[in-house]
Amino acid sequence: MTRTGFLGAVMRVFVWAFLLALVVVVVYPLLWMVLNGFKTNAELFGNPFALPLQLDWENYADAWNRGVSDYLAASVLVTVTSTIATVFISAWAAYGLTRVTLPFGRIASGFILGGLMLAPAVALVPLVRMFQAMGLYNTFWALLILYTAFRIPFTTFLIRAYMIDLPREVDEAAEMDGASRWTAFWRITLPMCKPIIISTVILHVLFAWNEYLFAMVFTSGSGVQTLPVGLTSLMSKHGTDYPVVFAGMVVAALPVIALFFASQRYFIKGLSEGIGK
Amino acid sequence: MSAPQTTQPSETQSGAGFRLPPTVTEAITTPRGQRRRRGPRSGGVLGKIAEYAWLLPALVVLAVFVYLPLVQNVAFSTQEWDIYSGSSAFVGLENYDKLFRDPVFWTALGNNVLYSALSIAFQVGAALVLAAMIESLRSIRWRKALRAIYFVPSAISLTVAGLLFYFIYEPNLGMLNHLLDAVGLGFLAQPWLGQESTAMVSIIAMSQWQGFGYSTLLFAVAIQRIPAELYEAASLDGIGPIRRFFHVTVPLVREMTGLMVIVTISGAFQVFNEVMVMTSGGPNNSTQVLATWLYRSGFVRNDFGYAAAIATVIFVVTLLIALAQLWYTRRRRVEF
Repeated sequence: MTRTGFLGAVMRVFVWAFLLALVVVVVYPLLWMVLNGFKTNAELFGNPFALPLQLDWENYADAWNRGVSDYLAASVLVTVTSTIATVFISAWAAYGLTRVTLPFGRIASGFILGGLMLAPAVALVPLVRMFQAMGLYNTFWALLILYTAFRIPFTTFLIRAYMIDLPREVDEAAEMDGASRWTAFWRITLPMCKPIIISTVILHVLFAWNEYLFAMVFTSGSGVQTLPVGLTSLMSKHGTDYPVVFAGMVVAALPVIALFFASQRYFIKGLSEGIGK
Repeated sequence: MSAPQTTQPSETQSGAGFRLPPTVTEAITTPRGQRRRRGPRSGGVLGKIAEYAWLLPALVVLAVFVYLPLVQNVAFSTQEWDIYSGSSAFVGLENYDKLFRDPVFWTALGNNVLYSALSIAFQVGAALVLAAMIESLRSIRWRKALRAIYFVPSAISLTVAGLLFYFIYEPNLGMLNHLLDAVGLGFLAQPWLGQESTAMVSIIAMSQWQGFGYSTLLFAVAIQRIPAELYEAASLDGIGPIRRFFHVTVPLVREMTGLMVIVTISGAFQVFNEVMVMTSGGPNNSTQVLATWLYRSGFVRNDFGYAAAIATVIFVVTLLIALAQLWYTRRRRVEF
């Protein structure tokens, strides 16, 4: 017993040391990013480890005026609208797949969920030509449509898995009582799906906020560019004024980190459901 | 690396359960026989077709913006585009022939494979060990805190993480070279992203930093689902923490491990952001991956047919991986 006790103690010390070292590896670069947002260029090049001499918000004001306000507005707009569109269309589809017996229902279900297998990059070239032809290239609509279309399969998949496990009798009872399917959906099924709806909203917000491939290919002017693309153009436009870029990075990172900490439970639920079924 | 010490199996899972509204509870508890039979809506062919309205938005959006481009892409890959006149000519498999002779395509494919291999090592192998370490801690608060902290890089975008590491690797102001200097390893300092020998590995390293918390979190959830009695029984039999890891944890999270392997490979073949942000495929195309080479061919060199051929390769690879996932999840689920 003493032997295992000693070994166990050594092991516990080792485990803790390792876990805490890893915390440093994760947190320090992020801290460095935040601190650099407060530095002047001279300070940044002088000593990368030094703390900023004063906490002044000039870089943030600079970043804000050099386009970050536009990028932020575009990101918020695209994120909010595509989240609403995706979650509603997916919830309808999930309801149709689980609560209504449809002719060719299995094929329809395969068609919608099969979209999970397709990588966005594969459709890139035709999509650009299609959106150019439709006059939607370099508009907000392009990102709204793409973010919705490519996330419907995943979102439907999550909501459908949840609806399957809900008792059907409830909807049926509501219909017996004369409620229309539409009412049953809004009044009964959707409220019961609240936890998974919250999870899908969070996962979609994270996706839309961070998406880069479509945003980069389908937008070129400011006013439409979202934060991820905006940051790279901030970087190329303003050469070596790096502290401003760091300030922009913090602006892009903070909302999603806050969202994650505020909604961890739903978030983890969504992630584990998404991969586990 | 041993058992979750308490019998609270899934504190991350709680809270997402739903509470039924009273009318609903009443409906459930009402015996079946007391209800009337189905209303007229469920009958009739027309009625059934009308019910397709539920699926219609999803079907239309997917057909037009996901499936149609996919089909078009295959057609495009057999054409040669003249960007000045906007016309195209059928060239059969010429683009594929060109693709398979293109050394950059093979470099890109090799980089995707390297990406998969290293990601499996870190995001599946190391992440599982890490998750087991976290779940072996006695303090629930610490477990939660560590899982959350490790996850933070996954919440920020790859673009932000990529830019951050671009600066960390940067030779002049970068933290990494200064850090090496400070600990007396200054001779190791180098332009990490600026030379062919280190650029790809440096990008992949960033990606591991960004993504390991995500897979650790999922493994932690899987480990929490293992009944604590199994660990207790193993402990009573005098089995140490390392053997418990290999004989209890590893076999019982096998399903999650399989899924993570597949998801990781699939992700590795779609890599785009971090490469684009950090090197754009350079120096000398040494960090090209399939998606960045597709982008460059299509939108910088305007060779749409060629880009479509690369896209078809990505499609085939990711489809095969997805089918493997389908086969894997259907095959078996671990039951307790």
